[in-house]
Amino acid sequence: MSWKVLDRMTPAFDANAEPLITPEVREKIESYFPRYETKRAALLPALHLVQNTYGHVSYQAMSEIAEVLEIHPSDVLDTITFYTHFWTHKKGRKVITVCRSLSCEVCGGAALLKEVKKQLNVGEHETTPDGEYSLVTEECLAVCDHGPCMLINEKMHKRVRVEDVEKILSDPNNDKIDYERSDLFDPPAMKPAEVYAAAGLQAHKKDSSNSAVSEKPQGE
Amino acid sequence: MSKFEPVLLRNRGVKDSARLSVYESRGGYQSIRKVLNQSVDEVIEEVKKANLRGRGGAGFPAGVKWGFLPKDRTKTLLCVNGDESEPPTFSNRVLMEVDPHQLIEGTLIAGYATKSQVAYIYLRVEFHEQFHILQKAIDEAYAAGYLGKNVFGSEYSMDCYIHRGAGAYVCGEETGLIESIEGKRGWPRIKPPFPAVSGLFNLPTVVNNVETLSCLPHIIERGADWFANVGPSHSTGPKLFCISGPVKKPGCYEAAMDITVRDLIEREDMGGGMLDGKKVKAVFPGGVSMGVLTADELDMKMDFSDPANYGLLGLGTAAAVVVNEDTDIRTVLRNVAKFFGTESCGQCTQCREGTSWMYKIAMRIEANAGRLEDLDILLETSRNMGMMPGLSICGLPDGAKFPIETVVSKFRGELEERIRSQSSDVKEVLESYR
Repeated sequence: MSWKVLDRMTPAFDANAEPLITPEVREKIESYFPRYETKRAALLPALHLVQNTYGHVSYQAMSEIAEVLEIHPSDVLDTITFYTHFWTHKKGRKVITVCRSLSCEVCGGAALLKEVKKQLNVGEHETTPDGEYSLVTEECLAVCDHGPCMLINEKMHKRVRVEDVEKILSDPNNDKIDYERSDLFDPPAMKPAEVYAAAGLQAHKKDSSNSAVSEKPQGE
Repeated sequence: MSKFEPVLLRNRGVKDSARLSVYESRGGYQSIRKVLNQSVDEVIEEVKKANLRGRGGAGFPAGVKWGFLPKDRTKTLLCVNGDESEPPTFSNRVLMEVDPHQLIEGTLIAGYATKSQVAYIYLRVEFHEQFHILQKAIDEAYAAGYLGKNVFGSEYSMDCYIHRGAGAYVCGEETGLIESIEGKRGWPRIKPPFPAVSGLFNLPTVVNNVETLSCLPHIIERGADWFANVGPSHSTGPKLFCISGPVKKPGCYEAAMDITVRDLIEREDMGGGMLDGKKVKAVFPGGVSMGVLTADELDMKMDFSDPANYGLLGLGTAAAVVVNEDTDIRTVLRNVAKFFGTESCGQCTQCREGTSWMYKIAMRIEANAGRLEDLDILLETSRNMGMMPGLSICGLPDGAKFPIETVVSKFRGELEERIRSQSSDVKEVLESYR
């Protein structure tokens, strides 16, 4: 939103911090280079990868991405602030995106959003205290034929009725997807514990047996 | 009228329709084989003859667009516009889910016709499932030698990559899309130069919509004459129509462009009528940015020329959302105003300020604090910020103008009535829409 000031709560930049981006992540960013004429064009893929790996894109990550892409860190900041998808501060393990388009609203989208807020006790762009859920809204998720709808990470929940919300939110597998996924923007093979540690999160006990690639902990 | 036969969605309902083997067993990848034995000019001529008009919203003839590429170019890029952010459009989503290989074949045909070496498929980030399906299809096509070096053993080579967006409506505008692929803010560029001359990485670039490209294999297979004979002469070919809102069977349906809005809502093989027998109050027939129709205007034809007779911007994405009698028109006004207020990229002052003020005014009206003169302010603002009066870089503010202008002028009676009878206690503006 160009005209509305949103506190992105980005943590201050610590120049003395340990490097965040591991050689594996760096290598994966570099693997996008042959696709484009310029290195800068790999910025969006790099941001997706970094956010999927660490949960959000901190100032430090921006500065390190800038170094890999050979651009100025302010260029990265300039781009990142335009797109609503990227988080510059820690988000929950699962991001709930509720659609607020006209189709969803005339089918009960506003009531759905109100119910999700009530159940989680958070507002938009807020995260539950246990770090489980963050809530955002988005303009039209293009599932208008199944409105009202919401995304939990990559999983689309269609025709969500207000009375279904509680059940969906209490289901630990509510972000499980049932189709084969491409790992193009997934974190490079890292142990889940490493990924969680890098993102400053505690690993879920249930998920600890799964690998980071097949069971993406951060989601998008 | 002969019975319409769906072609774009012919594989819908077929098991594993997204797989290469299934697509090929149903006649897929034959058109590209045929095209590779033809000259580039023959292919362009065929598409021009079919009068394939762009399905993304503007309706510009695809063959003519390709013709703008400079003759002496050495490198060309093709961008496939799968940003699909116009509410309430989801036809591209259905195409990519059901038949990703149809899109890849269409991309190959367009790539060959424009001599493109690389095709970027720009997908909005909310398309998670579609991304995984399409990426798998691309992997399959690479493995089969249908993409990459010397496709199908010919001289022609083309790479195809998915570029995921990150949540911005304006990236569906072709130069905004180009900026976004370059790793910048999705700010549309001032034209000219047009992308055909200087686009992505300052190279000649063609941007085509997913549905436009999906038509190409069928034009090659069945011939331009077949395509040109489907529907009226100014709006040829099969087209996907979306219908959503409180109807019995919301969904994506394929038809010739000779149907009316009423058909789309009521026909048994389409929307199936209104849910619970409610009356239609308003319909946005072509995506919200094209404007609104009242219940008396449902005989509008869903083609490229008729919408203008009803004060609309155009056919747009041919995605209709129905609003029934239960919905307060002020809610509709606020919802569409919010959309554009949020999605204006902020580059042009008139659009940035105009759309956000229209949203604030619409919010005020909804919150029982409206004034009668607000309606005139909305009309004046909406008319003074777009590309048509020459004030903006892209068409987004024009898309913002039409819904506001048509809602205010066509539902003025109801809006005035609501404002006159609003209670004196100003309702707390919905927390969720602050």
